Amino acid sequence: MSKREIVVVGNGMVGHHFVNTLVEAATGDRITILGGEPRPAYDRVHLSDVFAGRSPEDLALATRDTYKEWGVEAVFGDPVAAIERDKKEVVTEGGRRFAYDKLVLATGSYPFVPPVPGHEHERCLTYRTIDDLGEIRAKAKDSKIGVVVGGGLLGLECANALQNLGLQTHVVEFAPGLMGVQLDDGGSAMLRRKIEELGVNVHTGKNTQRIVDGDDCALRMEFADESVLETDMIVFSAGIRPWDQLARDCELAVGERGGIVVDTKCKTSDSDIYAVGECALFGGRIFGLVAPGYRMAETAAASVAGTDGVLFQGADMSTKLKLLGVDVGSIGDAHGRTPGAMSFVFSDQRENIYKRLVTSGDGKSLLGAVLVGDCGEYDTLLQYHLNDIELPADPQALILPNVGGAPVGLGVAALPATATICSCHNVSKGDIVGVIDAGCCSLGEVKAETKASTGCGGCAAMLKNLVDDELAARGVAVDKSICEHFAFTRQDLYNIVRVENIRSFDALLDKHGKGMGCDICKPAVASILASCWNDYVLEQPHAPLQDTNDRFLANLQKDGTYSVVPRVPGGEITPDKLIALGYVAKKYDLYTKITGGQRVDLFGARMEQLPDIWGELIQAGFETGHAYGKALRTVKSCVGSTWCRYGVQDSVGMAILLEERYKGLRSPHKLKMAVSGCTRECAEAQGKDVGVIATEKGWNLYVCGNGGMKPRHADLFATDLDDETLIRYIDRFFMFYCRTADRLQRTSVWMENMEGGLEYLQQVIIEDSLGLGAELEAQMAAVIGAYQCEWKTTVEDPEKVAQFKFFVNADATDENVVFVRERKQVRPATEEERAAMSADILATAS
Amino acid sequence: MSQWNDICSVADILPNSGRCALLGGDQVAIFRVAGGDGDTFYALANHDPFSGANVISRGIVGSLGERLVVASPVYKQHFCLDSGECVEDGEVKLRTWPVRVEGDRVLLAS
Ligand code: SRM
Ligand SMILES: Cc1cc2nc3c(=O)[nH]c(=O)nc-3n(C[C@H](O)[C@H](O)[C@H](O)COP(=O)(O)OP(=O)(O)OC[C@H]3O[C@@H](n4cnc5c(N)ncnc54)[C@H](O)[C@@H]3O)c2cc1C
Ligand code: SF4
Ligand code: FES
Repeated sequence: MSKREIVVVGNGMVGHHFVNTLVEAATGDRITILGGEPRPAYDRVHLSDVFAGRSPEDLALATRDTYKEWGVEAVFGDPVAAIERDKKEVVTEGGRRFAYDKLVLATGSYPFVPPVPGHEHERCLTYRTIDDLGEIRAKAKDSKIGVVVGGGLLGLECANALQNLGLQTHVVEFAPGLMGVQLDDGGSAMLRRKIEELGVNVHTGKNTQRIVDGDDCALRMEFADESVLETDMIVFSAGIRPWDQLARDCELAVGERGGIVVDTKCKTSDSDIYAVGECALFGGRIFGLVAPGYRMAETAAASVAGTDGVLFQGADMSTKLKLLGVDVGSIGDAHGRTPGAMSFVFSDQRENIYKRLVTSGDGKSLLGAVLVGDCGEYDTLLQYHLNDIELPADPQALILPNVGGAPVGLGVAALPATATICSCHNVSKGDIVGVIDAGCCSLGEVKAETKASTGCGGCAAMLKNLVDDELAARGVAVDKSICEHFAFTRQDLYNIVRVENIRSFDALLDKHGKGMGCDICKPAVASILASCWNDYVLEQPHAPLQDTNDRFLANLQKDGTYSVVPRVPGGEITPDKLIALGYVAKKYDLYTKITGGQRVDLFGARMEQLPDIWGELIQAGFETGHAYGKALRTVKSCVGSTWCRYGVQDSVGMAILLEERYKGLRSPHKLKMAVSGCTRECAEAQGKDVGVIATEKGWNLYVCGNGGMKPRHADLFATDLDDETLIRYIDRFFMFYCRTADRLQRTSVWMENMEGGLEYLQQVIIEDSLGLGAELEAQMAAVIGAYQCEWKTTVEDPEKVAQFKFFVNADATDENVVFVRERKQVRPATEEERAAMSADILATAS
Repeated sequence: MSQWNDICSVADILPNSGRCALLGGDQVAIFRVAGGDGDTFYALANHDPFSGANVISRGIVGSLGERLVVASPVYKQHFCLDSGECVEDGEVKLRTWPVRVEGDRVLLAS
């Protein structure tokens, strides 16, 4: 049989999934994918993560090479213009023709822009693609105010993006409430309260009539009620419309309000043409979520491959998300529209939590639910709903706060085998039990085998519970060992080291481990030993354990050179010290940069130069800044009451005191602190592991914040503390963290994983519920007492200095390190520059 | 015919760690692995093919199962000390050199 030609129009999430599924089915067909966007498929669901720091590349679902490997022809940036059904060909805008035996339309949808006069203005945008994202960013640069038209799921997500970009954000909604599709009135009202508390302005019941040039801003929106709103940019997110023009033009059946009509095999009215994803209309509905799209893709792929029996029957549209940091969940019949339905509602105006259950008239099955402000019960409720599990006699207990008594959640063990665990990849409990039976014995293996939890990630917690539960039921102890050399967690190792007074890695390995150790356990144990005993890290038994940064007391750069960061406590520095820094940087020709932590970083130091550089810095009165260590980094400060007209306490003085106190403390991950002189918070203390903000009466203490990949605002831990109490709490807090956190776990993640969370931590630290307070303080005192500047110790010891020589047998230096100059300073040469330089050298040599 | 070159003393290399030596034009990472019955030495290319930097001698020495390995300090791939093979990528292999100890001197063959 000659190979069939399968042509896929649209390379979005669903088109990609279709191709992936068909390739896996190995039918031997020739597959061509024609994508309208200039890049291969990417994860649209996580588009907003780009505003939070992810790069667009991270979202890629495929690269050009992926398709090459699969033997799939892929064309990007040349949209299909027409389908010629009589010839069974498609034509692109660029005039290319592709013949098909089977055609799959996966063209998705586009944002609907209401045709109000003025909507074509160049500051009116939409939000669906990576290109849109670039536009929004560009326009946001010179905007102060941004409006999102549309208060649905996507609109609120977009509002979040504008907030993140620093705009004063407004949401304008035509309907009387937010997220009207997914939420009932009560849920919608609670969501509004929460969002307004976050500083987003919500305007509901607003009908935009006209967009004209503004007086104070670029644009003015005029509403039917004659009110107006000035803004610098507008993003329309007023719903989506299926991209069905191709189908209309070639006279395939389409729905009255758009969408290509498909049957249970995802076939359109032409049996050689399929439609999948957001462009398809099934049972009179468009499914605007990725999971149903994936089901359609699998259905169509099975039909193309000739596998019978896979039918699309519609899909559950329950969703759980975090909008502007607010948990929102909607399950099934959220509005209670089923005849005879009963409702149970719980509303807590203090904590801004709203929950509603919709049950059948006999109270036995769960028809729907709304959760706002707390989605803790979402997984359990969804399982009741999807599997039609009989509800307990008092269904309201499922949403009432758990005041004492055991939680009423539905354990994973109670779920039937058919229960869907991961809806993105359609993995049931039975599938997971199956792969565990077949030999998978860790979460990682189960994920790799079933793909569960590799989509939106919403099922991660439940999957982990299920896997742990199943493994435990099989008598497999769930392996939490740090690595193959120690059958212990980091916490266990910490306790062993303390209790048995162990002072070296070898002693610990001899008694409690096996093998030689590795690059996981060695640095982890080195860190534990340092937290407990604070010995000099380059002392013989410890030196080879250290990660390269600690081993050379500097940060390794990509070309093998190092950076040097002296400590500048609280960010306060004398002119003399600044001159000294400049002098050293100039002498050694180091690239010099002010860091985000209020100090100066000197880059491009060769290994063998480090001791000399540090010798001079120490002479000038500097100490090591531990920029290389999992240790206290900086205590950032604002100028505070000494100079600032708003300051109420001496924030610089406090920052210096704290930095001097905790410098040299080695911990499971790096530690950052900051002190602000008043609530304006110029030191960004709420983004730190420990943040201190001055009040009229003393200090407010915040804990467990961080920036980085997954920013988290710190939680208010205690208020109006005097200096002494503040320090006592921080001592206890840091030591408790050193003792109980996992390897490389920041305080934020540590607390989030702690049973009882913030409240528990407050009990332990403030109320001393474990009776550990005095011990933690004593341990901290010992660490502080054992402080030494490890660079000073190093430069004073010729044997240690000898270890920095690049070659053990020669005085030469690493020729591979090549710098060029840019903006008057050095930087590593790029590959091309290196190639050009060696070509020059060859040319002069010959 | 290989020639043995005197490089350094045993004490120049801390137990369970590496140092870099210059041999002709080549950078060689020499590792000293402590064992119950004396120390063993290994010699691999110092160039890390993944980062393009000359850093292998600065990696952490350890074991993965039965294999003795060093982890690149840049992106943490593991290389077998005896064969130079990369654990994560079967296609990558570091050059190795014969190494031996005479008295307290470490010698490399060129
Ligand atoms: C130099 C500096 C950037 C700059 O030019 O400003 C910097 C540079 C590096 N950062 Fe950073 N970070 C610097 C401030 C920050 C900040 C801002 C801050 O501290 O106020 C953050 C976000 C705040 C936070 O940590 O919560 C930050 C979040 C990170 C992260 C992500 C941490 C996380 O929990 O997600 C990493 C990766 C890691 O640690 O695993 C990282 C890692 C790194 C490393 C060590 C990457 C590496 O392994 O080579 C960089 C090497 C520095 C070097 O060679 O000297 N850096 N880094 C800043 C040094 C501040 C200082 O004086 O010590
Ligand atoms: C910001 C945002 C957040 C979202 N969050 C979620 C979420 O949390 N959970 C969830 O389930 N869903 C979410 N969605 C919805 C989800 O992204 C979509 O359901 C899914 O992407 C639909 O996939 P698709 O392949 O059908 O369409 P798309 O991903 O839109 O892909 C269609 C592709 O076809 C191309 N195309 C169109 N016409 C042509 C043509 N003529 N020729 C060639 N190519 C063409 C388009 O350019 C596009 O690249 C979100 C969507 C957005 C925009
Ligand atoms: S936080 Fe307050 S005291 Fe500090 S600089 Fe800002 S306004 Fe001034
Ligand atoms: S439900 Fe989305 S990854 Fe499992």
